[in-house]
Amino acid sequence: MTDESEKAMTDHIVSAFDADLKELGDKLAEMGGLCEKLVAESVDALLRRDIALARRVIDWDLSIDRLQAAIEESAINTIARRAPVAVDLREVVAALRVANDLERIGDLAKNIAKRVVALEGQFQPPKLAGGVAHIADLTLGQLKDVLDAYTRRDEERAMDVWNRDGEIDALYNSLFRELLTYMMEDPRNIGFCAHLLFCAKNIERIGDHATNVAETVYYLVHGVALAEERPKADLMSTAAGL
Amino acid sequence: MTSIDLARSNPAEPGQIKIAPGARPMAGAGLSEKISVRGLKFFYGDSLALKGVDLPIYERKVTAFIGPSGCGKSTLLRILNRMYDLYPKQRAEGQVLLDGVDVLSPKLDLNLLRSRVGMVFQKPTPFPMSIYDNIAFGIRLYEKISKSELDGRVEAALRRAALWNEVKDKLDASGLSLSGGQQQRLCIARTIAVRPEVILLDEPCSALDPISTAKIEELIDELKADYTIAIVTHNMQQASRTSEFTAFMYLGELIEFGETQQIFMSPHDRRTQDYITGRFG
Amino acid sequence: MTVLEPSKHTADAPLYRRRRGKSVLMMSLSFAAAFVGLAFLVVILLTLLIKGFGGLSLAVFTENTPPPGSQGGLLNAIVGSLIMTAIGVALGTPVGILAGTYMAEYGKHGKLASIVRFINDILLSAPSIVVGLFVYEVVVIHMGHFSGIAGALALAIIVVPVVVRTTEDMLNLVPSQLREAASSLGLPRSTVIQRISYKAAQAGMITGVLLAIARVSGETAPLLFTALNNQFGSTDLNAPMSSLPVVIFQFALSPYADWQALAWTGALIVTFAVLALSIGARVLSAGAQK
Repeated sequence: MTDESEKAMTDHIVSAFDADLKELGDKLAEMGGLCEKLVAESVDALLRRDIALARRVIDWDLSIDRLQAAIEESAINTIARRAPVAVDLREVVAALRVANDLERIGDLAKNIAKRVVALEGQFQPPKLAGGVAHIADLTLGQLKDVLDAYTRRDEERAMDVWNRDGEIDALYNSLFRELLTYMMEDPRNIGFCAHLLFCAKNIERIGDHATNVAETVYYLVHGVALAEERPKADLMSTAAGL
Repeated sequence: MTSIDLARSNPAEPGQIKIAPGARPMAGAGLSEKISVRGLKFFYGDSLALKGVDLPIYERKVTAFIGPSGCGKSTLLRILNRMYDLYPKQRAEGQVLLDGVDVLSPKLDLNLLRSRVGMVFQKPTPFPMSIYDNIAFGIRLYEKISKSELDGRVEAALRRAALWNEVKDKLDASGLSLSGGQQQRLCIARTIAVRPEVILLDEPCSALDPISTAKIEELIDELKADYTIAIVTHNMQQASRTSEFTAFMYLGELIEFGETQQIFMSPHDRRTQDYITGRFG
Repeated sequence: MTVLEPSKHTADAPLYRRRRGKSVLMMSLSFAAAFVGLAFLVVILLTLLIKGFGGLSLAVFTENTPPPGSQGGLLNAIVGSLIMTAIGVALGTPVGILAGTYMAEYGKHGKLASIVRFINDILLSAPSIVVGLFVYEVVVIHMGHFSGIAGALALAIIVVPVVVRTTEDMLNLVPSQLREAASSLGLPRSTVIQRISYKAAQAGMITGVLLAIARVSGETAPLLFTALNNQFGSTDLNAPMSSLPVVIFQFALSPYADWQALAWTGALIVTFAVLALSIGARVLSAGAQK
């Protein structure tokens, strides 16, 4: 009993408590999966100019909101009825926080999809969107990694995600300059590129939420908040003002 | 879960306490040790009930002792006022320093010690006499004071124990006529009437309903301004609500001691965590 | 899960019937035994009332025991009984309470206490005639004659074990937490016992003394060997003294009808005095349990 090894946590004496926590975990896993899908498809819709897909994404966001509400209710219920402490309390608080981040991610994906719908009829050559595809790939990878890290309580993997967020920020900065160039080249691109820029910013924000989840994983494992400041590579974020 | 070295990975430990002999909490600039337990062993006959316990009890703070039945927490409490002396074949080794003086010394005046270290028990134990006499009894033992002065002391003690308003019109009624929660507050009033420095509470609420329990907890919160309090409880919520420091004991050993918030948010020891989260067994 | 399985009771009806049969049989036997016991008691009380009540008169309480064939009462016997019982209880109670206190409070787990407890239990169940013989041997022979004080001594020896026993039992019933609570105020041991333990055990201890009185007020055998009897109303402790039980014993065995009638009356008085004491003890201990 003494060893702090990687052995799975022993069960509670009250098994209904375990069932509560498992239910919470299951709902979060479902929500995480849905979020990944939503982000992937919103970007897909943007790149392929698929208005129908974009509309579906907008609809799906509703189920994410519902899941978040359900998780919040379960968590509050667990706190009220089981009075969790220590690792159990952190688990519940983490679930609340992660659900919150996921809900925000869902909103951001929806925003992308809304722009796709708004762009109907004014799409420009796909080469302009190439940079967006790249940043989206990177962010999706981050999101997937951090959700895995959360499920496995893998603090090292979460910290990897946390440290890699700088790459997304850097990519966003270069994309910002690139799109700026396009806009200066040909004022007819301005409308489309401005939308793309917003989409890129949304994706970058999704990356930020992924790092939030990574910090939550750290808290979950260690019981204290991560004290360090994340290395910021997004030097333009204030200048961009977006 | 990954194996982690907490000392390394938590650069900002807020006042966490490692249990090493002589270790002191970092948060404790204003803390002074009222009682220092050092290398304490306790025997019931031949069986070892405490296997060498070191811990501080800080002045004007509430220290809670938690742990499963038979872990030695009550035993530890009963050593602090030498209550075990009432029974044969019980024996303590080590040091328990009250303001630097070893209370385990055989030369110690037990009655004096107990007047400084008061105790309240699990079951309310009003004496078979009037409410007034329950309080006055202890005072008369130590001081020769006039009737009016005594009246004042009795009232003060009852007020301090938040019982005065409920009993002021029936001070001559038997202490046994009160409800369980009132009886327990009477016992606390009786204890503080003799002006101790330390109050030991041995599961003071285990026989009480939630309202009475809340009143006692409120009382504990008020009393810690003037007294050093040690409380043994089976109710973990109570420990987390009332105390500043928590000691988790298991099988006669002190497993973990630290600030209550740390113990209940991120205990260092796996056994502490298993116990407070209800995974023991 | 909601469907009940076929009950074992209906599946195995003969077993169930046999059990019920046994239960009814045992209940009838217990009831019969209780009835027989009670019936004897009622018969005894009725006989006493019928035979003794007629003899009750003021004279019984105001006149001394008569010679055969003349009028008289039981005054000397009643007074003798009261004197010897009072002295016996006065002598035996403090000894009993102190010994009981030692056993319950100080020497609880000690060797001495368990030895004393063992001897006390023997004394408690020893035939009272043995006590009478003992006092006869030790006191009466040395004094050269029967005396009231010897009778009182014999009664005291009977009182002691009863009081020791009840005192110890009652003090043991005082929760140890109460003692701890008192000690935790810094009270010395002796104060804890006098002010707390005795107070908490008060009713039970008084009950014990009442029971001891009831016990000795009906004793005949030890008095036969010690106080014997006295035809006259003597309050001299150095002289033989009469007592109700001995008078009853003597008069009941006599061939004279008026003596026999007085014996019945005496028996009635003793019985109701003991009954009153017992009821008093009951009421007290019931009050203590509240």
